[in-house]
Amino acid sequence: MNRIYMDHAATTPVRPEVLEAMLPYFNTEFGNPSSVYSWGRSARKALDSARDLVAELLGASASEIVFTAGGSEGANMAVKGVAWADQGRGKHIITSAIEHHAVLDTVLWLEKQGFEVTVLPVDEFGSVSPAQVREALRPDTILVSIMHANNEVGTIQPISEIGAIVREHGAKFHTDAVQTAGVLELDVQALNVDLLSISAHKFYGPKGVGALYVRKGVRLHPLVHGGAQEKGRRAGTENTAGIVGMAKALELAQAERVDENARLTKMRDRLIQGLQKIPHTRVNGSLEQRLPNNVNVCFEFIEGESMLLNLDLRGIAASSGSACTSGSLDPSHVLLAMGLSHEIAHGSLRLTLGRDNTEADVDVVLQEVPGIVERLRAMSPLYQG
Amino acid sequence: MYSDKVMDHFTNPRNVGEIPDADGVGEVGNARCGDIMKLWIKVENNVITDIKFKTFGCGAAIATSSMITELAIGKTVEEAEQITNSQVAEALEGLPPVKMHCSNLAAEALEAAIEDYRKRTANTAS
Repeated sequence: MNRIYMDHAATTPVRPEVLEAMLPYFNTEFGNPSSVYSWGRSARKALDSARDLVAELLGASASEIVFTAGGSEGANMAVKGVAWADQGRGKHIITSAIEHHAVLDTVLWLEKQGFEVTVLPVDEFGSVSPAQVREALRPDTILVSIMHANNEVGTIQPISEIGAIVREHGAKFHTDAVQTAGVLELDVQALNVDLLSISAHKFYGPKGVGALYVRKGVRLHPLVHGGAQEKGRRAGTENTAGIVGMAKALELAQAERVDENARLTKMRDRLIQGLQKIPHTRVNGSLEQRLPNNVNVCFEFIEGESMLLNLDLRGIAASSGSACTSGSLDPSHVLLAMGLSHEIAHGSLRLTLGRDNTEADVDVVLQEVPGIVERLRAMSPLYQG
Repeated sequence: MYSDKVMDHFTNPRNVGEIPDADGVGEVGNARCGDIMKLWIKVENNVITDIKFKTFGCGAAIATSSMITELAIGKTVEEAEQITNSQVAEALEGLPPVKMHCSNLAAEALEAAIEDYRKRTANTAS
């Protein structure tokens, strides 16, 4: 069976060029970058080049890049790091209801530690309003964290505008750019951000490595103590191979993104239009401010996991915001925040396109999904034909 | 994550549908948690002669619904109401732990259908 992977928002395969760039750092150039002899110097050199490259691609200076173990660590480092460092100035944090749990749960954990938290609502398209950010800012606000684009529904947030408002106030501004690195232009100056987190495995790099941009002058309390690596901001021997792979992957993705986005957008729109022909279907998220690879729809009267199992039987990998797939009793917090009922949110299907997808894959999905939906509806007590 | 037996019942569910002149109907679950099971039973001489289901839910919810129809058919009402959720799970060669509570409602649906059947027959008798 020809398998079709349409879950690129979950993770992506490592590109061959990336793997090739990484390989020497597992064995021949395995040295610890902190060592003085030639093996160490070679690793240090690779690390420095990777840092320069990532910095350049983000419009930052090398000293502003901290390598992490991925998106969740980056988000934790940014949120807790600023909260702990700046708590003398205030204890108020602002975030949004549709953040990834890496930000949302971290902020809510800080709330239990005595911080005050404002979780901003979103509109029906999953957009955060800059005006609401302005209203929520208080004299004691120290941090605002709003994601660049949502991982479930693909809505792109007005980060530059929000950043300008936060900067005027003086609080620090973090954006979780895990879904946008390698997809949108990431210029930390234009975005008006103080901190920005990315994760390599979302843009055809390896898992377990990421980067956090920390604007010069932003104080950050470290999460991990025990070494002087990353200028004391993150202790631990650097993941040289992973970091080299991430830099290579980001370089390739940024170079190709304009053409690739055009290709993905065409497939995305064909999928959305095709799936919309199924009765009782709604498209989730914004049609204008949307990631080029994201399709998210709800089919009424059916449940997401049973849809995913049926797709998997046909070799198609997708995801859903149903409770069964979210690991809790509630469906996606993002869809609920956008005002969908529990019942409808359980029937969501997310398809996220990537480099390996073709128009022929789109044909197969559009051919298979209507039958699956029909079959599950015929089995559903909620569906009245 | 699912056993072959679960996948068998999920892909080829037994006894899907409704019984228009059912002797008892039971519905459990709610859309909020993402699982609703509805069961129809036909009873002749105190024996379940026909049983059909419709389910809104995940793979486990559909497989357990299908399995209970197989377990219940041909049994007396008293035998059928002894069937437990864990027996359904056992017959399916197990369910993932996370599914044991939220999606394993089939026995309750059958119980509800039997209760409905008893109410109806009590009404007819009086």
